[in-house]
This record gives sequence, structure tokens and C-alpha cells, in this order.
Amino acid sequence: MRRFLERHPLWSLVILVAVAVLLWLILAPWPPGMVETFGRKKVFLNALFNGITLGALYFLVASGFTLIFGLMRNINLAHGSLYLLGGYIGYEITEWTGSWLASFVIAFVAVAILGIVLQVTIFRWMEGQDLRQTLVTIGVSIVMADIMLWIWGGDFYQILPPDWLVGAVETPLISSISRRTGDPSYLKYPMVRLVIFFAAVVIGVVMWWLLNRTRIGIMIRAGVDDRDMLAASGVRIQLVFVIVFAFGAGLAGLAGVVGGTFQSLAPGEDIRFLLASLVVVIVGGMGSITGAALGALLIGLAEQFGSVYMPTYAVVGTFLIMVAVLAFRPQGLLGRK
Amino acid sequence: MAATTNTLNPDADRAAPSAAQSLPDWLNRIHPAVWLLALFLLFVPAFTNDFIQLQVFGWAFVLGMIALSLMFLAGYGGMVSLVQMTVAGCAGYMYAIFGHSAFMEVSLGWPWWATIPIALIIAVLFGTISGALAVRTEGIYTIMITLAIASAFFYFTRQNYTIFNGFSGFNAVRPPPLFGVDWKQATPFYYLSLFFATLSFLAVLYVSRSSFGLALQGVRDNARRMEALGFNVTAHRIAAYSFAALIAAVAGILLTWLNGQISPGTAGIGPVIDILIIAVVGGLRHPIGPFIGALIYVVLRTFALDALVAVGIAGERFQLLIGLGFLLIVLFSPDGVLGLWSRWRARLRKRRSEL
Repeated sequence: MRRFLERHPLWSLVILVAVAVLLWLILAPWPPGMVETFGRKKVFLNALFNGITLGALYFLVASGFTLIFGLMRNINLAHGSLYLLGGYIGYEITEWTGSWLASFVIAFVAVAILGIVLQVTIFRWMEGQDLRQTLVTIGVSIVMADIMLWIWGGDFYQILPPDWLVGAVETPLISSISRRTGDPSYLKYPMVRLVIFFAAVVIGVVMWWLLNRTRIGIMIRAGVDDRDMLAASGVRIQLVFVIVFAFGAGLAGLAGVVGGTFQSLAPGEDIRFLLASLVVVIVGGMGSITGAALGALLIGLAEQFGSVYMPTYAVVGTFLIMVAVLAFRPQGLLGRK
Repeated sequence: MAATTNTLNPDADRAAPSAAQSLPDWLNRIHPAVWLLALFLLFVPAFTNDFIQLQVFGWAFVLGMIALSLMFLAGYGGMVSLVQMTVAGCAGYMYAIFGHSAFMEVSLGWPWWATIPIALIIAVLFGTISGALAVRTEGIYTIMITLAIASAFFYFTRQNYTIFNGFSGFNAVRPPPLFGVDWKQATPFYYLSLFFATLSFLAVLYVSRSSFGLALQGVRDNARRMEALGFNVTAHRIAAYSFAALIAAVAGILLTWLNGQISPGTAGIGPVIDILIIAVVGGLRHPIGPFIGALIYVVLRTFALDALVAVGIAGERFQLLIGLGFLLIVLFSPDGVLGLWSRWRARLRKRRSEL
């Protein structure tokens, strides 16, 4: 921290000011002049919160994607299909058992098993051929998309959260102050989204801990740096590959349940989330979990603020972030050369 | 490279009958099969109906051209760009926006001799800029970035109503009635698309053997060495994108004429992936590959529905068929149908030499 301050005094100042402005925007009631130019504070806060929770969902999808990519140099373009499959499985389980939490576990396990099957039956046989592996994942995604369309049809599905998560909680943030009475009114926010956000943070922290503090994490990180050297030092790299692929795929399945709960499941969502994870990973840096978190947050916020403040150009905003990152830092914000 | 560019006619170099000594050298080297194919293509309208000419051959030529531009980048430049369909869509959109369509509030109604060049120029610019972005990264990353650009274009055209007329796009986009011919009719369009497909095929073949093409292949094989030799690697790559964009742009305008309309779905994610499938299934080693792939794809798309219904499966499972076929090709013959063909020939020759 201190080293960063000493090395980049100007940047530190900019970041400090930005954080201060952001805190003021969130905490303080807006003066009438602000409300006139930017709209009501409630809209801003909602966009901010929605952006952060959407970012959390993107992080869940993209972290598996980036983990698989980082270790195996395999761009798994079937990742969106795994997401959608996880969502559908979660829907069926919730309908069948009535347990929302069980659907997470089962979706994770089922999609992870599919990931293992893919890795063992297909990708193991074409190691080192990056392009071919990627082409295979395209084929897998087309086949999976059509089979899912076959089974579940083109309807929209939504996973219903349990009763204790339905409804809104009142946050201690002032959304507006009544001009007549002077009473502050507080922002209400859907409970389920907050829970999902905290769950994503917990998963992120656990992943960080696994990668940085455990033996398997050391192996994975070594594999990202130099997988030949890792194999030469006696680690059973195929096993590491299978574990990582299963875990990444399982995360996509889990994210499918999350996405099915606070958005909806339909054909086409697979491609949407594949693209979201592509952009997140390009912006954040390939193979970096922290990068995925940062990218997901940026893209989620950009999408939500874009759709609130300039609806026709929301997509372009996301795209411009990607272009800017590519132009100035091709390896991504936190990526390494 | 000589070995790969000659996969189509490997005997070309040895077969030089003395009767043909008076012909120029390059004519001599053309394999008789090529002459037969050319003759066949010229006389297709004589024995097929409008449906075959337009829906099978017309589509195959146009999709083949777009896939050809991808093949040029991937086969000679080592850059798998998914942005080619988008470049084609961009050209089609520009033609509709500057020219005539059913939606004249947006279309500007310029004459064709202004519209077509402007559409081509803008599409080539778009392709070049996308290329300039994509070449900042290498190899496998290119797929991701170009896919992201393609999807951004798709979502943008779908959301934007002031320029791109949003979800519905532009209807009733017609080719100009040049020389008093209605180019939308089956036979004229067949020859029009055949002409441009042949032209772009020959152009790719020529460029691949020019010094630029050879340098590009050098860059594909070893960029660092080429850089050390004094070649500007980035410039070569971007120039390749421009050249490919021109082919894709021409095909895009043809596609718009063939469809009679252009909408975001024309350059959606599905078609973008389809182009990659066509190019890979056909084979990325020779410019004829994309056209073979396109023909297979179009025939499957046109007739698979009836065939599937005939064997008792719902016709909508067409995508499954395409996906499985693509998977099989990628799994068992990474260089596509062309690779199957050359391997089959090699085996045949081996068996013959054993006898």
C-alpha cells in the first residue's frame, strides 16, 4: 500500500478522489440541483446495486472460464452452454424437490461431471492444439444448444427462490429526503440479490484461498506459468487438468442457477453469457481470478449504468471499455504478458 | 507452401503433354478437372431450376466468399477471425442505408454508383480497424476478440434505430437494374455470384503466391524471424485483414441482394459461427475449401429438413446435425474435407505403389 503511494502519487490522488466522490454519491442525500441533472438518487443507487450484483453473476461465470483458459490454453466456447444447462438442471431440481439450495449443489455436481467427461473423452486427445480444441468446443456448444432446445423448448424459465429470500430489505442508505416533511426515505433492495452477491464474494474469496494457500492451488498456478515444467517435476498434470475443468464447469453450472433465479433461462442466454465472460476476461486479463472479478464488476456496472442513462448505446459502452483496454493494455488490466 | 497450394492438382507439374506446348505455361499447368468444373458451373442453369440456382448455388457462392475471406486470414495469416460475417453485414447495411430500401426515412436513396463504393469502403475500413484491434493479441486470443467485436455489432444494430433501424433492419433492398437485367432473378444472380466468387477465388490464389502472400505465410510460421528479417509484421497482418474485408464486403452486398433485406440477424452470432464452420469443414489449406464447405452446408440446410422428417426425426434438429457433423470433422479430420480427400489419395497412391 505504502509502496504504491510512494511510486504513483498522482494515481493515488486520483483514486482517492474517485473513492471520495463515489462515497459521497452513495451516502449523502443529493441536493436538488444534482437531481435535476442526473435524475433521482434512487435510480442511481439501483443501477449501482444492480451493476454490482450483475457483476457478481458475471464473475461466477467468467472465473471458471478464465481458470480453464489460464491452465489449459483452451478457450471453452461451450462455457455458456454449461451455464444454461446448469440453470435448467437447477430449475428441474427446484421444481422436483422444492429445495433451492439443493439445486445449487446438484447443478454444480452434474455440470462438473459433464466437464470431466468432456475433458477425458475429447480434450485430452488433442492437447497442445489450441485452435482445434476451441473448434471442438464450438461444436459441443452447438450440439448442446440444440439438445437443450429439444428438451426444454423455447420458453422462458425462472427459478423461484425460497420464501425467506423473497421480498426486499431496507438498506441504511438514504434514497431521498421528502421536501415537505424532511423525513428521509431509505432504499429498498431485493433480498435474494444481496444474498447472491455475498455468496459470490464468498466463492471468490474461497477460490483465492484455494489458489494461493493450498497445495492444489500451487500446482494450478505452476501449471498456468509452465505446464511442461510442472509435468516434468512429477505432478500428474492430467489429474490437475481434470480437476480444474470440473471445477470451472461446475462454477458455470452454479452460475446458471443464480442467473435463473434473478434473471431467466431461455435459448440464447448461453451465447449471452459466453460473450459476457469473453469480454470480462479480455478486460480483466486472461487466466487471472482477480482480473475476472475486476472485469466483471466493470462490465456489470457499465451495462447497468448504460441501460439506465443511455439505453441505445449500452452495448457500445461495454464494447468501448474492451477496445480501450485492448488499445492500452492488450493483456488485460491484471493480465501478465 | 508449394505442397499445400497444389493439393488440388498434384500431378500438374509433371503432366505436360507435348501437344499443348504452344499454349502459355500457366494455361498448361491447369488440371483437366478444373476445366471440367468450370464447364459444369457455366452450364448449371441449363439443367437446373430457379430454386437450385438461387437457393443452393447462389447461397453457396456468397457464403463461400465470406468463408474464403476467413480462410485467407486463417490459412495464410494464421489469424482465425470471426469478424468476416460482420464485415459482410456492415457492407450490406451501408448499401441499404445509402441506397434504397422500403424504409426510406433512414435510407438516403443515393444512386448505385455512389452507394456500392461507399459501402465497400466503409466495410473495408471496419474490417481493417477490427483487424488492427485483433492483431494486438495473438493466436487463440484473436477468436475471442473478433467474436466480441462481432457480437457488439450485432447487439448495436439491434438496439440502434436512428441509423440501423433496429430489430427489423431494412426490407426490399434490390440490386440496381444494370444493363437492363434484373439481377434478382435466378439465372442472372447465379452468373453474378459465380463471377464474383471466381474473381475472389483467383484473387486469393494470386495474392497467396505474391510476395505479400509469401511474407504473410512467413509471418504465420514465425513472426519473430520475419521481424528480424526487416518485415513489418503488424502491417502485413492488418493489410491481410483489409484484403479479406474487401472480399467479405463484396459478398455482403451480394448477400443483401440475395436476401432482399438486411437485419441484425444476418450478422448474428449464429451466422458468424456458421462461417467458421463452413471454412473449417471445407478445409483451411486451399481457397477451394470454403466453397466446398459452403456447398455442403447449403445442401444440408436446404434438404436436411426433408431428409430428417423422412427418417422420422423432427425437422428442427437440423442444427444438431450440423453441430455433430462439424464435431466429427474437427475430431477426425482437422483440415476438413480437403484433408480427407488428400489423405484418401495418398492412401490410394501408396496402395498402387505396393502392387
